[in-house]
Amino acid sequence: MITRLAVALAAFIAIAGPASAHDFKAGQIEIDHPWSRPTPPSAPVAGGYMKLINSGTETDRLIEVTSPIAERAEIHRSIIENGVASMRPVEGLAIAPGATVDFEAEKLHVMFIKPTRQLKDGEKFPAKLVFEKAGPVDVEFMVQMRASKPAADDHSGHGG
Amino acid sequence: MKIFRIVTWVAVAIVAGIWIGFSGVLPGTERGQEPASTGVAAIGGPFALTSHKGETVDNARLAGKPYLVFFGFTHCPDICPTTLYELTDLMAELGPAADRFTPLFITVDPERDTQEVLAEYMTAFERILALRGSLAETDATVKAFAAYYRKVPTDGGGYTMDHTAGVILMDAEGQFAGTLDMHEPRETVLAKLKRLIDA
Repeated sequence: MITRLAVALAAFIAIAGPASAHDFKAGQIEIDHPWSRPTPPSAPVAGGYMKLINSGTETDRLIEVTSPIAERAEIHRSIIENGVASMRPVEGLAIAPGATVDFEAEKLHVMFIKPTRQLKDGEKFPAKLVFEKAGPVDVEFMVQMRASKPAADDHSGHGG
Repeated sequence: MKIFRIVTWVAVAIVAGIWIGFSGVLPGTERGQEPASTGVAAIGGPFALTSHKGETVDNARLAGKPYLVFFGFTHCPDICPTTLYELTDLMAELGPAADRFTPLFITVDPERDTQEVLAEYMTAFERILALRGSLAETDATVKAFAAYYRKVPTDGGGYTMDHTAGVILMDAEGQFAGTLDMHEPRETVLAKLKRLIDA
């Protein structure tokens, strides 16, 4: 099992190459650098972030996120209104043609509910995203302490 | 007689100014809170809670050192851990100077955030003290800081919490000394913390 995993991982690295290891593609949707913060021990939830870029000509929607590390996952938007923080579920996150949905900029996050383990700085975990039109795609979330850097060097900050 | 009248009106103006100033400083106060009747004392009234280490922590015990209050809960994937990591990071940057204030994380979800849960959770944030109380104690504490929280049911029978997002700063005399917003530039936040320490 471990050997098979190692082979699969090696194959993945060989194909994807380190430089693009954190970009994924489903049809016309590019998934740029999915990442998550390390979780404190026994944290009942974990947050995930990414950028979704739609280079197609029609709106697509992120309708489902699943991961073996969590019981289930939902997409939420954090709202701060009059100084009060709220969190509301987003059903079918729309990505308009030509648009980039930047989770951090738009105060969106994937909420991984009941993680099966603690997420540690520098590791990765698998997840599956399902788009209404582009279909399912396997991705990996990078666990890192800090928010991703500005676009110019957003792949140099891994694990930093 | 005329001087007395002028002095009176000046005093009224000052008190009104303080009241208006502070009532606008801490957002969220207007939602379901009693209006503040006096200025400074309205934020930071008496409270008593239990820390994740099992000690009783109240406003009397905190006196003599500035402290930070952040209301949150562990079932919060975004704003709460981000704020706690940011505070930890800021304290690392301040070094020993950060020992001159007490950072508090007060749970607004004591039903799920038991002392055991908090004790484990806080091992990731060793310099921060987590506090919890009964529902009544939590309520009293949130009111004491003119803050806000509300339980919001979610689909599937669960719930989430709305809560005051900012970090409340209290000086060594237990007086309100402003708020931190983690979306402010880091330099601004550091400057506010340094000002709090040096006050």
